Amino acid sequence: MIREFLKGIIKENPTFVLALGLCPTLAVSVSVINGIGMGIAATFVLLGSNMIIALIKNGIPDKIRIPCYIVVIATFVTITELTMKAYSPALNRALGIYVPLIVVNCIVLGRAEAFASKSSVMSSFFDGLGMGVGFTLALILISGIREVLGAGKIMGQTLVKGFDPAFVIGMPSGALLVIGLLLGFFNILKSRKRA
Amino acid sequence: MNAQQLLTIFISAVFIYNVILSRFLGLCSFIAISKQTKPALAMSLAVMFVTTMSSIITWLIYRFLLIPFGLTYLRTISFILVIATFVQFVEMVIRKISPPMYRFFGIYLPLITVNCAVLGVAVLNSDMFFVNNQPVAASFIYSAFQGVCVGLGYTLAMLLMSGIRERLELCNVPRAVKEFPLAFIIASIMSLGFMGFNGFRF
Amino acid sequence: MRCSAGQRKCEVCLTMPNKLTVSVSPHIHKDESVSLIMWTVVVSLIPAGVAGMVIFGRSALWVVLLGIITALATEALIQLVSRRKVTILDGSAFLTGLLLAYNLPPNVPFWLPIVGSFFAIAIGKQVFGGLGQNIFNPALVGRVFLMASWPRYMTTFAKPLDLDAVTSATPLMLLKEGKWAGTLSYLDLFLGKRGGCIGEVCILALLMGAAFLFYKKYISWHIPATYIMTAAACVYVFGPGGLFTGDWLFHVLSGGLILGAFFMATDYVTSPLTYKGQIIFGAGCGLLTAIIRLWGGYPEGVSYAILMMNGATPIIDRFTRNRIYGSGRQEAAT
Repeated sequence: MIREFLKGIIKENPTFVLALGLCPTLAVSVSVINGIGMGIAATFVLLGSNMIIALIKNGIPDKIRIPCYIVVIATFVTITELTMKAYSPALNRALGIYVPLIVVNCIVLGRAEAFASKSSVMSSFFDGLGMGVGFTLALILISGIREVLGAGKIMGQTLVKGFDPAFVIGMPSGALLVIGLLLGFFNILKSRKRA
Repeated sequence: MNAQQLLTIFISAVFIYNVILSRFLGLCSFIAISKQTKPALAMSLAVMFVTTMSSIITWLIYRFLLIPFGLTYLRTISFILVIATFVQFVEMVIRKISPPMYRFFGIYLPLITVNCAVLGVAVLNSDMFFVNNQPVAASFIYSAFQGVCVGLGYTLAMLLMSGIRERLELCNVPRAVKEFPLAFIIASIMSLGFMGFNGFRF
Repeated sequence: MRCSAGQRKCEVCLTMPNKLTVSVSPHIHKDESVSLIMWTVVVSLIPAGVAGMVIFGRSALWVVLLGIITALATEALIQLVSRRKVTILDGSAFLTGLLLAYNLPPNVPFWLPIVGSFFAIAIGKQVFGGLGQNIFNPALVGRVFLMASWPRYMTTFAKPLDLDAVTSATPLMLLKEGKWAGTLSYLDLFLGKRGGCIGEVCILALLMGAAFLFYKKYISWHIPATYIMTAAACVYVFGPGGLFTGDWLFHVLSGGLILGAFFMATDYVTSPLTYKGQIIFGAGCGLLTAIIRLWGGYPEGVSYAILMMNGATPIIDRFTRNRIYGSGRQEAAT
C-alpha cells in the first residue's frame, strides 16, 4: 500500500515523469495558493473516481468503459466545482475554467484506465492519493518558482523589497519556460543517477 | 451581429489568447503529435472539426436544455458527454468512409475527447456569451465562430511547431533537453513572439 | 549540392564549410568561413554604435560593453560545462551581445543587458545546440524576454543629445498615443536625433554598414527590400486620415525597422534558404510590423514580427524547397 502511495510522488510523478495534466499545471501555477488549491481539488477527484471505478469495474462493459469513467469523474468534478463556488469563490474565480477541465485532466482518466480498472479499492485509494500528492507537490514547486521570480512574492507576501521581478515568468511564456527547464533539469538528474 | 466583434474573436482566439500558447489547452496532443507535419495537420483538422461542431451542439444544449430546466450545474457533465459521444460518432463515420484514414489516426482520434481545447472552448463559450443565464445578442454565431477560430489557432501553433521540430531532428540538440524540454522552450519563445499582438484594438 | 545532413544550417556545415559541400547559397562565398562573416557584420555595425554613444552618452557605451562581455562569458561557461568546444572567438556570441545591446534604451539599469544577454545566449542559442541550430534570432529572444519582464525599464528612453538624465518618449510612442506633433524633421530622424534604442536611431550609420555588407555580398536585397517595402505600403494604405494617407517615410525612419530589416531579419540561420522563401519571409515581417504598429498595443513591432517569422521559417523552407538539379522530381520531404 505504502509503495503505491510513494510511487506517485517521485518515481511516477504525474507531472515530471508521466507528463500528464500539463494544461492546468501551467495555467494555474502562477501563485502557490492557486497551485495548492488546484492540487487539493484534483486529489479529491482522483480519490473519489479511483475508488468508485475500482468498486464498479466488474460491472462496466468494456466497450463503453471510457464514457462510464468520464461520467464518474465528471460527477466528482461537479461536486468539487459547486463546493468551491460556495466556500471559496475567490479560489474558484482564480482557477477559472480549469476547475471543470479537471474532467479531462489526463491524470485522472489515465489512472482510472491504467490502474483503478484493474486493482482493488484499497490500492486504488493509495494510488490516487499518491498521484494527487505528487501532482500537488509538482504544482507547489512550479508555482513557487514562478511566484518568486515573476512577482517577487510567496503566498502573497512580498519577499525582498526593491527586487524587480521578471514579469514574464508569471505569463504563459514563462510557465512554458519554467517547465521546460525543470524537465531538462530532471533529465540531467536522471542520467546522473544512471551513470 | 457585429463584424468588429467577429474580428476580435478571431484575433483573440488565433493570436493573442492562442489556445495552446496562451491558454495551455491541448498541450498533451501538441507536445506529442507535433513532431511531424503530416500527422500534425491531420490532427489539427480533426480537432478543428470537433471544436466547431461541439461548440454548436453544446450551445444548443446549454440554451434549450440546461438553462430552462435550471440545470446549469450539470454543465460539465453534459458537455463532456456530448463531446465524447460526438467523437465516438466521428470515429465510426471515418472508419466507414475511409479505413486508411482511420488507421492513420490510430489512438489519437479517441484522444480528442480529452483534448482540453474541446471542452475548454465549450465552457468558454458559455462563460463569455451568456450573461445571467441569458444568451447575449448573436450568441450562437459568436460561439460557433469561436469554435472555428480556436481550431485555427490550434492548427497554426501545430503547424509552426511541427516545422521547427522536423528541422531540429536533423541537428544535435543537447541530450538533456531532447524531446520534451526543448519542445516547451520552443513553445515558450513562440508564446513570447505572439505577445506582440497584446492590446490589439481594431 | 547538399551536405550529408541535407541542411545548410546545421552546425557541421557551418563550422566546416570546406570539408562538406554546402548547398548552393546565394550569399556565402564558398571560401569564406563563418567567423569572417560574423566579424564583418560586427564591423559593419560599429558606425551605428558609435552614433548611439555620441547621441546618448557614456551609459550607451556601458550597455554595449556589458551586453558583449556577458554574451561571451555565457557562451564560454555553457560550452565548458557541457564539455564542448569553446567557440567564443567565432564572433557569433559577440554579435548577439552587440545586437541585443543595440536594441536596448541607453539608460537601462546595468543588470538588464547582463540578464538579457545571458538569456539570449543560453536559451536563444545554446539550448538548441549552438550556432546554426537555433530557430530564433538569439538577440531578439533576449530583447523580447526583457520587454516582457521589465516593461518599465524597456520603455523609458533618454532624451537624445542631452547630458541631463531627462527622459522622453520615442516618436513611435508619441504616435501610438496620438500625441505626435511632427516636431522632428525627416533629417532629424535620419541622423538619429530622437529617443530610442542605442543602435536603431542613426539611420545614416546603419545604411553605411548595410552598404558595406551588400558590397561584400554577405546579405542580399531580398529580405530587407521586401520587409521595408511591405511595411511602408501597409502604413501608407492604412493611414490615419483615411486610405492612402499614411506617412510611410516617417515609419521607415522610426523605430527599429532599418536595424531589424538589414541586420536581424537577414541572419542566415533563422531565415529561409531560397529566394522565394526569403521574399515570403520579408513580406511577413513587414506585414506583422505594420499590423502591430497600426493596431497593436505596443508602439513598435519589429522584434515580435521577426521572431514570429523566425518560427515560420522551417515551414516556409519546407514548402519552398529547390529542385535538385538533374532530377525531374521535387526532393522528398524528410
